Amino acid sequence: MTEKNQHIILKTSNLSIGYISKKKHTCIASNINIELKRGELVGLIGANGIGKSTLLRTLTQVQNPLEGTIEINDKKVNDHAPLELAKVLSLVLTEQITSKNLSVFELVALGRQPYTNWIGTISKQDTEAINNALELTNITELKHKKCFELSDGQLQKVMIARALAQDTDLIILDEPTTHLDMYHKAYILKLLQKLAKDTNKTILFSSHEIDLAIQLCDNLIVMTENDVVSNTPCNLISKGTFNHLFPKDLIAFDEKTGSFRVKK
Amino acid sequence: MIDKKTYKLPSIILTAILVVCFFLNISLGSVSIPFKAIFNSLIGNSTEHETWQHIIQNYRLPKAFTAIIVGSGLGISGLLMQTLFRNPLAGPFVLGISSGASLGVALVILGSSVFGGVFGALFVSKWGIVIAASLGSFLVLLAVLMVSLKVRDTMAILIIGLMFASITAAIVSVLSYFGSAEQLQQYVFWGFGSLGNLSWTDLSILFIIYSIGLILAILSIKTLNTLLLGENYAKSLGLNIKKSRLIIIIATSLLAGTITAFTGPIAFIGLAIPHLTRQVFNTSNHKILLPAVFLFGAIVMLICDSIAQLPYSDLTLPINAITALIGAPVIIWLLVSKRKMVF
Repeated sequence: MTEKNQHIILKTSNLSIGYISKKKHTCIASNINIELKRGELVGLIGANGIGKSTLLRTLTQVQNPLEGTIEINDKKVNDHAPLELAKVLSLVLTEQITSKNLSVFELVALGRQPYTNWIGTISKQDTEAINNALELTNITELKHKKCFELSDGQLQKVMIARALAQDTDLIILDEPTTHLDMYHKAYILKLLQKLAKDTNKTILFSSHEIDLAIQLCDNLIVMTENDVVSNTPCNLISKGTFNHLFPKDLIAFDEKTGSFRVKK
Repeated sequence: MIDKKTYKLPSIILTAILVVCFFLNISLGSVSIPFKAIFNSLIGNSTEHETWQHIIQNYRLPKAFTAIIVGSGLGISGLLMQTLFRNPLAGPFVLGISSGASLGVALVILGSSVFGGVFGALFVSKWGIVIAASLGSFLVLLAVLMVSLKVRDTMAILIIGLMFASITAAIVSVLSYFGSAEQLQQYVFWGFGSLGNLSWTDLSILFIIYSIGLILAILSIKTLNTLLLGENYAKSLGLNIKKSRLIIIIATSLLAGTITAFTGPIAFIGLAIPHLTRQVFNTSNHKILLPAVFLFGAIVMLICDSIAQLPYSDLTLPINAITALIGAPVIIWLLVSKRKMVF
């Protein structure tokens, strides 16, 4: 790794996540210390209901942390003005976009909003960034299609292109592979790997495709009942972290193949 | 970018139609006036009959301008509502904004006897009605928005809007029970809607407030486009949701509220015009939609008004009936026809 790649984009210190209501604090996970470096592809994995979404929601400022701090580029997330944050962090969410009557170009162009003037005029520089994002995600030929004409896989690529056009150091994706078939799951994650490498952006995604994540990611954040571990896939396998991921009655982790097998 | 070129032709055609409709609207009316006289009167020359000039300059011309303001203003407020509430059926009427305005006006006209005396008389001026209607629509919209923050389901929001309409209708009927026959008539006539009651002074007041609403709407174009992605995406793009929402709501209540105050509640324009526009301008980009809705709204309103005047007869139909007769079938046609009601 070069020295540039050591630059830390996102860092959490003693982060506790959960929900605050009037009566009590519901803590979902605590003492989370993760560091994401420039150009890394990082997968966030864990069982359903373990708090992956809550962690992502906390990292992306949708909800507040219970304790601890989140820093992006050595600056606390709360200290970023909304527009400033929009220039360092972009999102791909699970929710559907409201208007599917947008063309692919228009949708990707909306990623340039933080940079455009009061009425949203697309400058030459913006057009370049948009076309670049379309090229990187291999959807240039879809440019003029309407979003309601696209398949789920195509739409996911468009949403990734939109995040790329936003030109941020960090892209966070919430379960980008849901609703996709096996081929497209691999395709999207492989695309993310390529993007992290080519654009030197840091990409963090949550996923249930553990075997794919093990093969493709530089680092994995694994959430289990007891703690949140962050390490390279190889180290995690040798430490046996994956054995604690799920209840042990149905499936078991096979270290040789790096995937889960149904117990016979 | 690519889109703008494609829509140049329909824009030019629509502008031409607007100009034609404008002159058609002025030349049609209960009194038949030759076109030459109309032209002369418009450029300030004297005409054969004094009355012709009077009719055109003090009646037909302000009425045509009112029609343009009403059509474009209601259409744009409908567009703003549909994007803000992420619902193709939103509009000033369905969300209870117009009922809010009606309640304000009812309180002023019918309630003046309840409040009584000088206080009441003070309110039954044109300004009183305008302020009451704007305030009423603003409050109802604010209430609907507050509910919409708690209830994510857009269907629920629409039903709540309808409930607000029923509540205001109930209050209005209680007020009319106590109101005098004269006040009641005044309110009922306001409810029919009319474009022809505005003097040049009224028109200039309407125009000033309409312009403020329009400017706020234009300033919201970028926000509206961002909102097409949904609120979470919009937030991730650095948009201040609360502030932008408030601006859109103020713009809507200024447009819909003031127009309703001056002309009475005019049905279906706010709901139907944006959809009609989307059939021609197949885009979600508000930079194109907003001016297109402006043109469409103005044209449709001029045509509706020309029909309501029943040319060459002494009768005038309530404009509200005409817009509903045209608007409702449009909505039905849109829902029945195969073209999706995408927005």
